[in-house]
Amino acid sequence: MLEQQLFNALSLGCVYALFALGFTLIFGVLGVINLSQGAVFMVGAYAALTAINRLHAPLWAAIAFAFAFSGLVGLLIDRLVLKPLRTRNAPHLIPMIATIGLGLALNSLVQGLFGAENQRFPSEVLPQDSLQIAGVSVTVLELGIILVSFVLMTVLMLTLQKTQLGRALRAIAESPKAARLLGIDVDGLFMLTSFVAAGLGGIAGVLIGLYSNALFPLMGQPMLHKGIAVIILGGMGDIRGAMFAGLFLGFAEVLSVAYIGSDMRDAVAFGLLFLVLLVRPKGLFGTVQERKV
Amino acid sequence: MVDWFDNFWSVYSNLVLSLGTNSLLALSIYLTLSCGMLAMANAAFMGIGAYTSSILTMNYGWSFPTAIAAGMVAPAVVAFIIGRPTLRLSGVYLAMATLAFGEVVRLCILRAESLTGGALGLNGIPQLTQWWHVLAAVVLVLFLLARLRRSKIGRAFEAIKEDETAAGLMGIDVNGHKMLAFALGAAIAGLAGVLNAHLTFFIGPQEFGFDRGVEILTMTILGGINSLVGPVIGAFIITLLPELLRSFADYRAVANGLILVLIVLFLPKGLWNPAWLRRLVGLRKKGVTP
Repeated sequence: MLEQQLFNALSLGCVYALFALGFTLIFGVLGVINLSQGAVFMVGAYAALTAINRLHAPLWAAIAFAFAFSGLVGLLIDRLVLKPLRTRNAPHLIPMIATIGLGLALNSLVQGLFGAENQRFPSEVLPQDSLQIAGVSVTVLELGIILVSFVLMTVLMLTLQKTQLGRALRAIAESPKAARLLGIDVDGLFMLTSFVAAGLGGIAGVLIGLYSNALFPLMGQPMLHKGIAVIILGGMGDIRGAMFAGLFLGFAEVLSVAYIGSDMRDAVAFGLLFLVLLVRPKGLFGTVQERKV
Repeated sequence: MVDWFDNFWSVYSNLVLSLGTNSLLALSIYLTLSCGMLAMANAAFMGIGAYTSSILTMNYGWSFPTAIAAGMVAPAVVAFIIGRPTLRLSGVYLAMATLAFGEVVRLCILRAESLTGGALGLNGIPQLTQWWHVLAAVVLVLFLLARLRRSKIGRAFEAIKEDETAAGLMGIDVNGHKMLAFALGAAIAGLAGVLNAHLTFFIGPQEFGFDRGVEILTMTILGGINSLVGPVIGAFIITLLPELLRSFADYRAVANGLILVLIVLFLPKGLWNPAWLRRLVGLRKKGVTP
């Protein structure tokens, strides 16, 4: 029984980590707390659903489509809203307020187009098999979720740490101005980051949609709240921290449901966050540099 | 004329009065922002005030004035208790810790079913709030904050907002002032909660959650935080926009969200920005005289 729970926790934690990765990437590179990321997550799920229902795409193609589509939405958000605010040197919280408006608009746009009721992926596209691994019955679906998340996270980590591109991104995270002076194409990398971060959010949306098999226009909101908790727990802008904190939250949630009660589920993230911040003001893995005057 | 007004009032009195309570909320977060703290627990403080006072008036038969006082003191006391550990945090960390605290409060309300009605909320709260209560509360709070701005305390807030370290070196009690702003903001939010609860005769835990906290911040930032007028204007816009956009039906929130984005895009310093207004007036004068 416990092994089963732990496995569920792993697959859920993977999706949290994936979502938080995109979230923290935007914060690290663009310096914006993007509160429309929850809506982008939901858009990804609906994009995959549409690809399956309308175009009869296989699941993998639908996931790729969700990545591209939500990535495009993220790119548009950056070009149309965040970039003008950047060039105008808008005060600190203003971009965040703009993304609140965007999230609101996206959520209700999807609600208008698809209706407020729950939607499901058609059962024939979902892998139904399950395997027995060390006495635990594991569905192929969950295994796939874990695999996809791990592959994406590994690719992202390697890119950030080993490649020239990753070095450039880290330089921007340190200081966009200095990066520009060093000849880094800051604007291009902002676009790339927006695209990839939103795309990752979109894939996370599809995976959660598959995991719980319920899509609804506001599905991004609880995810957004958890994402915020995760990136703070992991230390703002810290990629590895976000990953660990995401997995950690998955375990904490599943175990609290198992041992305390299901009504506590959505409160776990914030309860944890509150407690952790009291003890460690910079998050669990907080090695964040003090930004002082 | 009187008929027209009666009609209007019977339909829109709740909306008009929620302009007032939302203004109070916007002012409560303005107070902490003016001291350089991004604290987002105001929705929770509003909830604490609302629940405390409603339980007192419903179950214990307290009179409205004493319930108001209790609904302001309770959140202030809670703010004082959680302020000690949380106000050490800064920037986004403070924002998130306070938001998280809000969720913890929501959870407590949900769990304490016998007292708070749990997820079903409290029903049948006596409708004690009169229109002039709201008006008086807004005017009083505005007056108080205006006085505060010009006082020694207000200047200390401003110094802390500009540079905490420097303010501390100048001999300002940084922690004490922060705590004062936090607790006072909590009391104002509590007042808004009391008035709102005794207006709508129903409160539920969902009203005081994450989204509400973000909405309160949006009002204040949208209006502009450089004066007292800004938060009030922001509150008016956020309250009225959904009503004005009724004709968009299903796509109402789309328009609402996009308008928010447009305001932010074209007026990044908030709506109430004296420099911008002056420029606007100046331009107009130039246009008139060729």
